[in-house]
Amino acid sequence: MTDKLKQPPGDLAIWIFICAELSVFAVFFAAYAFTRAKHVELFNQYQQTLNTNYALINTLALITSSYFVVRAVAAIREGSQRGCARWLLAAIAMGALFLVVKSMEYQHHFSHGVTLSTNTFYMFYISLTFFHFMHVIMGMVILAAVALKARRGAYTADRHTGVETGASYWHMVDLVWIILFPLVYVMR
Amino acid sequence: MKYKSQSVAKLYFIAAIALFVGQILFGLVMGLQYVVGDFLFPEIPFNVARMVHTNLLIVWLLFGFMGSAYYLVPEEAERELVAPWLAKLMFWIFLIAGAATVAGYLLVPYAKLAELTMDDLLPTMGREFLEQPTITKLGIVVVALSFLFSIGITILKGRKTVVTLVLLIGLTGLAVFFLFAFYNPENLVLDKYYWWWVVHLWVEGVWELILGAILAFILIKTTGVDREVIEKWLYVIIAMTLITGLIGTGHHYYWIGTPDFWQWWGSIFSAMEPIPFFMMTIFAFNMVNRRRRNHPNKAAVLWALGTAVMAFLGAGVWGFLHTLSPVNYYTHGTQITAAHGHMAFYGAYVMIVLAMVSYAMPMMRGRKAANSPRSQVVEMWSFWLMTVSMVFITLFLTGAGILQTYLQRYSDQPIDFMTVQDKISLFYWLREIAGVVFLIGLVLYVVSFFIGTDDPEAVEKIEVDAETA
Repeated sequence: MTDKLKQPPGDLAIWIFICAELSVFAVFFAAYAFTRAKHVELFNQYQQTLNTNYALINTLALITSSYFVVRAVAAIREGSQRGCARWLLAAIAMGALFLVVKSMEYQHHFSHGVTLSTNTFYMFYISLTFFHFMHVIMGMVILAAVALKARRGAYTADRHTGVETGASYWHMVDLVWIILFPLVYVMR
Repeated sequence: MKYKSQSVAKLYFIAAIALFVGQILFGLVMGLQYVVGDFLFPEIPFNVARMVHTNLLIVWLLFGFMGSAYYLVPEEAERELVAPWLAKLMFWIFLIAGAATVAGYLLVPYAKLAELTMDDLLPTMGREFLEQPTITKLGIVVVALSFLFSIGITILKGRKTVVTLVLLIGLTGLAVFFLFAFYNPENLVLDKYYWWWVVHLWVEGVWELILGAILAFILIKTTGVDREVIEKWLYVIIAMTLITGLIGTGHHYYWIGTPDFWQWWGSIFSAMEPIPFFMMTIFAFNMVNRRRRNHPNKAAVLWALGTAVMAFLGAGVWGFLHTLSPVNYYTHGTQITAAHGHMAFYGAYVMIVLAMVSYAMPMMRGRKAANSPRSQVVEMWSFWLMTVSMVFITLFLTGAGILQTYLQRYSDQPIDFMTVQDKISLFYWLREIAGVVFLIGLVLYVVSFFIGTDDPEAVEKIEVDAETA
């Protein structure tokens, strides 16, 4: 019996966790929006110091990684444990690319003396992206754990809740970035 | 009781309850001093009563946590405790050091106590909740390390479960963060900054892990629900606790001279702190509803469910009430804080320790699983008396706090502190009455240990189709 119809995919507990995480981000985004409304000029001025190209690369990296994760779930549904592990590793590699690019971005700003206390815009920029940064690391750890288990043959075409659980979390990390990117980097 | 060495917990539990009684007596003294200022002056001044009330609370909860760990770790690890003699020795050291410290508070002026204990060699005294003489603090470190040693080795040598793992992380964190009690920088901002690493990171961080582990253990034992299900919940809850609780420390950094971003970090993350408590409530009720057995110890299950509800209300809801920085701007350090403190400590930590005592004590006193029905009825009465009176204490203090905030800080013509205190004295009287009811509940609780001891014990009722209900 395949559980293609089972909703939501993965373990219910991860969905409770995802909801909780999303609500933290939601509050953060709302706080950003309300504060920006009060200081539009300040936000517009400093937004221009951000490197949109880096952020675009990162957006593509995360979307690609999500695609790889989808392939990993598809692979295990076909019963391919090695394929599943390989697609997950590819997704982790994309996550690593994200971290590298993001670190270069931070390095640029920090070397210009930007801190959390520089101004309200940078406070939000650093807080939001750093909080998300930590989630990418967390997601990579989860995917790595799932990949290891997949390689050891812990999942089958019928029983692979763990893969779906990890995949769900990773898509959440991706989704948050897809909101964060236009909100902080693009919207004027 | 499966393992002989579990019985060391009994000593710890008895001491915990005795100190609990002491804590409540000093609480009543203080509560009366709010309205009758010179009550028992100069023998017990308000500041001393307060110090004893809060210090006893912390010490007896620590006794409770240690007792709980000594009871549950052998059972989880499936082996006898490593070095039970050490646990007994540390018990007496901790008890004597604690008693000597409280005697010091009561017998000599605080400054004199600092002088006698040579605080000037390594000054750590004079800070709220960390008033203990430096030598007592060193004693606490020794006790904590020995405790961690015997618990840790037992866990590592035996079966490792999620419950013991979470408990061990919590207890290690407790010991590590206490070390900041020795860091006492000249700069007042830094002093307060790190002071919260003990105070906040204990009660809104690592203690919650201990709470989660004990609650999970009791639920596994009393409901018969699969360990895997309970452990999964525990993971999610502690992950959320750590994310919100650690950065939530920021809600103490609004007005002490720390950078502005703490206004945001503190507000946003601590606003999420109720979530893990809410999960805990859902978790506990869910597990009890899905129970595979009807454990005869009804009182223990009642305490466990009570913890889940009251922790959410006291820590979650009453914490949220004043955690956002624009609100806290007005409410900081008013009776709102006192209201939150009372219900949170009672709901989260007092009740979980009492739940564990309730679960473990019958077995340690030779019962198979539970006390006699008569004893349990008295205990459940004490549950309701204490819990309901604590709700009232909290409500009265909240009323006092709202009025205080308004009259002293919010209205167009703010009134000075002492005049406001006079105006809200009605609430303090009501709080004191509720406090007396709490004491009655506590006395009944103690009585429940001596009632129906010769009666046959309560038996498990076989429920038909509990699963399908």
